[in-house]
Amino acid sequence: MKKDLRIGLLFALPWILGFIIFLAYPVLASLYYSFTNFSILREPSYVGADNYAELASDTVFHKALINTLIYAVGAVPLSTVVAIGLAMLLNTKVKGMSYYRTIFFLPSLVPMVALGTLFLWIFNGDYGLLNEGIRAANLEPPNWLGDPAWSKSTLMLISMWGCGQAMVIYLAGLQNVPVSLYEAADLDGAKLGKKIWNVTLPMLSPVILFNVVMGIIGALQVFAVPYVMFPGGAPARSTYFIASYLFDNAFQYQRMGYASAVGWVMFIITLVLTLLALKMSDRHVHYETE
Amino acid sequence: MNWTSVGIFGLAATLVVGAVVTGERVISRQDRTDRVTVIYWEKWTGSEGEEMRKVVNAFNESQDRIFVKYLSISGIDSKTRLAIAGGNPPDVAGIWGDQVVQFADANALTDLTELANDKGLDENYYIPAYWDGYVYKDKVWALPSTPAAIALHARPDLLPPEVATPETFPKTFEALDALVEKISVQGPNGSLKLAGFLPSNPGWWNWAWGYYFGGQLITGDKVTIDTPENLRAFRWIAKYTKKFGSKEVQSFQGGFGNFASPQDPFMSGKVAAEQNGVWKANYINVYKPGLEWFAVPMPYPADRPDLKGRSNLSQDVLCIPRGAKHVKEAFEFLSFVQKQDVMEGLCSAHGKNSPLAKVSEKFFDTHPNKYIRLFDQLARSPGAFNIPKVGVFPQISNEMNVAFQEVNSEQKTPERALADAQQRAEIIWSTYRKQVLAQ
Repeated sequence: MKKDLRIGLLFALPWILGFIIFLAYPVLASLYYSFTNFSILREPSYVGADNYAELASDTVFHKALINTLIYAVGAVPLSTVVAIGLAMLLNTKVKGMSYYRTIFFLPSLVPMVALGTLFLWIFNGDYGLLNEGIRAANLEPPNWLGDPAWSKSTLMLISMWGCGQAMVIYLAGLQNVPVSLYEAADLDGAKLGKKIWNVTLPMLSPVILFNVVMGIIGALQVFAVPYVMFPGGAPARSTYFIASYLFDNAFQYQRMGYASAVGWVMFIITLVLTLLALKMSDRHVHYETE
Repeated sequence: MNWTSVGIFGLAATLVVGAVVTGERVISRQDRTDRVTVIYWEKWTGSEGEEMRKVVNAFNESQDRIFVKYLSISGIDSKTRLAIAGGNPPDVAGIWGDQVVQFADANALTDLTELANDKGLDENYYIPAYWDGYVYKDKVWALPSTPAAIALHARPDLLPPEVATPETFPKTFEALDALVEKISVQGPNGSLKLAGFLPSNPGWWNWAWGYYFGGQLITGDKVTIDTPENLRAFRWIAKYTKKFGSKEVQSFQGGFGNFASPQDPFMSGKVAAEQNGVWKANYINVYKPGLEWFAVPMPYPADRPDLKGRSNLSQDVLCIPRGAKHVKEAFEFLSFVQKQDVMEGLCSAHGKNSPLAKVSEKFFDTHPNKYIRLFDQLARSPGAFNIPKVGVFPQISNEMNVAFQEVNSEQKTPERALADAQQRAEIIWSTYRKQVLAQ
């Protein structure tokens, strides 16, 4: 038995070492650094809770936090609705469905930086493809990139582009819904809307919970696309998010201690929101085994 | 434990010990024993990078003791900092001049004072305003690769004939405003077709507007963002937004192409005049050859003729990161770049003016920018100014950008925007003094 344990540990050693060196140590080190003044190039000096106290009165941090929460509130439901909608469409029995599924999944494979560059062209206020379409419909298009009132909405719309991953998970969930439930609903005379509301969504609820939790975590970490499309959080910090503020403090302003504190506050916020989502799920999520 | 387990553990232990023992040798950049290899990281890519490579090649051919290995690196500032922290920095790093103070405060640079003095590279060798950019706390931290000065560029084909020459072009902000009013074109729905001038274009020096009105961002050790002079500058900026309409300006600017392309607003004829650097001529020569243009000094307020000839200076510099393995050899390369003929060749190829006090007539005669003498004069003018010498300049510059965007999008009044920027900058500066300068 002991021999098996040793051999098992030996095989697991690369992962254990990787976990300790690349995850556990940095996480613990960042917790320590969050209580220090650390510029990377000098030894860290202990400052107690000063970094956290500064965060409490830091108006840019507050602005970035509010931006991030607004983005999450807009992007997560939007992506969820679109992903479920697409999954339902791709769950129908149509000829060549495997091709459609591949096509709808492909956009989520586009690298974030390429995506940002692509959307700079599509959302351009003057000659962008989207505004050309809006003008063709005789409507006055907004300035998606330059107007602070529209910049976050632009990013929310862009977030839909990556919903292919969630769509695939919803699709797998939909295929696990027992056909007998739909047959029973048909016998009761339920229409499509009733079937979706009373059968599909309840049966899909564990998958929705998983995707929403992952979506919240992802939305709170939004970085690459706004970094490429809206340098410095322009216009007027309307697209300045927590991850951007963390990056700037760590790598532009050499305030690694402060950036660590930002990271830990964000971790706690993410944890609280995740626990909240799990708690709220008690009443709304139905497991087949229950 | 059986022999197999012992063997696997032994192999793993050997690999780890081997990596530790040979690590330094494995990461060493010395490819030959008969010469020292100096590693040089530079931010430039494309044609600018190639011109610097030519300088490196010329240095390598000029002697056989030192070989400079040139590497174009993106994100050079953060990568250099991390390499210094990791104890294996390059021997030479080409950073931006506005990072010298920040790097020096962070203990990231090698003091070059003695080495520079020994080679006669002192304040007499350089144009004073540029030299000021290499010195901080009485020590020399960097030497130039190429410098720049800023001027107003104008297109005569988009101007009325009476102001279409450098001599007749408006000299004051008031006269410029009147010209802009006269030549700008807006469609029936208010959409801009041609802007005589826009303070938000190209948007690279939003922090500097106050200086053209007599203001400063830092005075002594105080943040002075909300002074009457800076406020005057921001009121002037707000006037343009009001004149054209915030949405119209934003939409118009949204259609501007990249500055390094024929879709650049100046080259494509969307703006008749713009603030830009000495390098602009190079881009025009590449992307819009044959375009008629001229350069004049930036305007000054009519009631402040003492502010005539102001120019925002910027430069690219070479430094030796702290912990560099071959400081002496690296400095030999730096001093090679400072030779008048080498420097003039590089600056000319980059379309820049020279940072050196002594400039040859050949440099002026063969330079691709026909207004190079103007930029040289602006750099030597008492009105030439650098960024404030504080390590928090990146943050302060960000605050000024935000204030500018808030005013430009009519989100805040100039008073409110500058008051907020002042408040933020004061906190940033005070924290920096406590956490960095007091160390």
